Amino acid sequence: MAVAQKNPNANAKEPASLAVPDFSKEQDLSAYRSMLTIRRFEEKAGQMYGMGLIGGFCHLYIGQEAVVVGMQMVLKDGDQVITGYRDHGHMLACGMDAKGVMAELTGRAHGYSKGKGGSMHMFSVDKGFFGGHGIVGAQVPIGTGLAFANQYRGNDRITLTYFGDGAANQGQVYESFNMASLWKLPVIYVIENNRYAMGTEITRASAEVNLSRRGLSFNIPGEQVDGMDVRAVKAAGDKAAAWCRAGKGPFILEMLTYRYRGHSMSDPAKYRTREEVDKVRTMHDPIDMARHRILEKKFANEDGLKKIDAAVRDLINDAAEFATHDPEPDVSELYTDIYR
Amino acid sequence: MPIEVLMPALSPTMEKGNLSKWLKKEGDSVKSGDIIAEIETDKATMEVEAADEGTLGKILIPAGTADVAVNTPIAVILSEGEKASDIKNAKLAASFETPAEASAKAGVSKGEGGQSKAPDAPAPQAAADPDIPDGTEMMSMTMREALRDAMAEEMRRDTDVFVMGEEVAEYQGAYKVTQGLLQEFGGKRVIDTPITEHGFAGLGVGAALAGLKPIVEFMTFNFAMQAMDQLINSAAKTLYMSGGQMGCSIVFRGPNGVAARVAAQHSQDYSAWFSHIPGLKVIAPSNAADAKGLLKAAIRDPNPVIFLENEILYGHSSPVPKLDDFVLPIGKAKIVRAGNDVTIVAWSMGMDYALKAAEELSKDGIAAEVIDLRTLKPMDTDTIIASVQKTGRAVTVEEGWAQSGVGAEIAARIMEKAFDYLDAPVARVSGKDVPMPYAANLEKLALPSVAEVVAAAKAVCYR
Repeated sequence: MAVAQKNPNANAKEPASLAVPDFSKEQDLSAYRSMLTIRRFEEKAGQMYGMGLIGGFCHLYIGQEAVVVGMQMVLKDGDQVITGYRDHGHMLACGMDAKGVMAELTGRAHGYSKGKGGSMHMFSVDKGFFGGHGIVGAQVPIGTGLAFANQYRGNDRITLTYFGDGAANQGQVYESFNMASLWKLPVIYVIENNRYAMGTEITRASAEVNLSRRGLSFNIPGEQVDGMDVRAVKAAGDKAAAWCRAGKGPFILEMLTYRYRGHSMSDPAKYRTREEVDKVRTMHDPIDMARHRILEKKFANEDGLKKIDAAVRDLINDAAEFATHDPEPDVSELYTDIYR
Repeated sequence: MPIEVLMPALSPTMEKGNLSKWLKKEGDSVKSGDIIAEIETDKATMEVEAADEGTLGKILIPAGTADVAVNTPIAVILSEGEKASDIKNAKLAASFETPAEASAKAGVSKGEGGQSKAPDAPAPQAAADPDIPDGTEMMSMTMREALRDAMAEEMRRDTDVFVMGEEVAEYQGAYKVTQGLLQEFGGKRVIDTPITEHGFAGLGVGAALAGLKPIVEFMTFNFAMQAMDQLINSAAKTLYMSGGQMGCSIVFRGPNGVAARVAAQHSQDYSAWFSHIPGLKVIAPSNAADAKGLLKAAIRDPNPVIFLENEILYGHSSPVPKLDDFVLPIGKAKIVRAGNDVTIVAWSMGMDYALKAAEELSKDGIAAEVIDLRTLKPMDTDTIIASVQKTGRAVTVEEGWAQSGVGAEIAARIMEKAFDYLDAPVARVSGKDVPMPYAANLEKLALPSVAEVVAAAKAVCYR
């Protein structure tokens, strides 16, 4: 099943140039805008963290944008998404409001969790986003349970359960794989392999580094995907979704991706070279690639892209303004939402 | 408008750092994500990335400067068409307002001295037990049957309720609590799981977040330790962490406490563990009627409920009112035996010791009031306090260990709310501070006993 055995970034060769279906003009422009929105949001979040407006842990998604944007293009209304703590991109891709997400990062009253969750704990019933989970791997059985509920109710919804290369070594992931395959649950496990579990490079932590094979002993098919190419992500996602909706059970997609920033804001990322980061960034950046494609295919000209860039920048600046001026939660919120 | 680059904080505790190196010079063009400088903190060397596009107009803090305070402007970036002379108009990328300033403007309430004071915790509210109409038939049944009936009734009432766990379906339950459920409700709603507690507990939480009402059986709560992260971090906390948007209606049930001759790993009481956690409700019934009424309430409750049963009590029979829908309030203790001389507080198997001790004590002319706590969290403090105000003396009984135990919590609450009524220090009877031994004689010693409860009650009565 595997389409590529090696991470295209791993040995810093030319980016993989596998045949991927083209996007339409609308798809390319929409994907570009979504990816750019996440990128700008995260840059702003990093900046606001630096100003002390965001506290605690803050895990930025910069570099990995094509994964969530491509997978979101696969989903239908009512499908569900769940992920770990590097979750800002997933929320924006799901259509959650940038103001509400940023206000949660700053711990304010109109954040998605009223300021009580923070960066790692946000949810949206409306958008089918089930968090935002801070314990590595814990979202995997929960996501499997969301899929169980869909099967129980007899609908054709699917659940995207995202986790990273680090979480891929957690025992509960395999407990989930077993039940999902045994009961043919409609769940796509999207492994975002950005090659570093905090500071540990995958070859130092994983006996089998091809994570798409991790479902083999549970009879779960898996594929490696160029997670830096939003079109490849979408194509693989469509295939996996069709598999799930047809009642064939779970599917694993290993997205080969890369994060440009440290694990969290306080990580100096000394476990890899600046050259390694620069190489991915200059040769295989998901947004740059989309931009070049759009220009090449004349889906838009420089002016057109500048307009999108400006609109995205405005959106993010508005979110930052909102999140800076929104009040903190009222002290009466201390004891609410413990029970209902 | 020119944009100031500020000295960033790169950890929650960083207040200042050294600006060690500039990687761009004045006049260089920069774009978002470019590394423009390196700073040193006490922990590491970190890179400063530009968050905006333009030209590095001016460096305000030269390389090599030590102890630059966080949020000091260190450079100015000029946007397209701006000149160095515009720098005096520089503005922060995001206009800066501290959280406190924003909150003050919005009138968020503050306590005295500008310091936020925690509001009082809301007092738990619990309704009284429902009236049982005169002439209601009482059926003698085992706790096992009462629990099964409770599940069956709720599954008939609500198709979102299902039960899952090891051996719950075809085997009819390791302790036969789910007997007959598979035959009535089918394999879709009575689900045998692999032996995978962490996984199926998490799967249950996911199903509950999606709106179903799972009953997850642990073959015993000893095995729930494998699933502890999902119970505490996922089930208990999600409602709070989501600002009330998303919670889970789920029951985790199974036998808890000391079994017979199964040694340390299969024989312990987790009452204190679970009742420590905000967001969980914890129930531990001692008889068939309470088991039925409270399990039905637990299944209907919109919150995660830990329902602690007891292997030894499964076979004990007691009367259960024959009513169409017998539901008891969660959070309400019950005075099972009235008395004026000493209050004995117990729950689950502890009630067995407590009631036998009360009988013994009555022979010596000591009238013990025995309270069955029934729910450990939220705890019905009022009932305990009212009793202690009457008797002036209290004994707690539990199979669990004394340190940080439920008895310790009860003693603390009595001290806080009824100190002036006490005629003697509160006494605790508990399991001994040892792992449960296998040998019959040692096991007996490790457990609380009726004699110990009697002795403790006499001691607080100075008899």
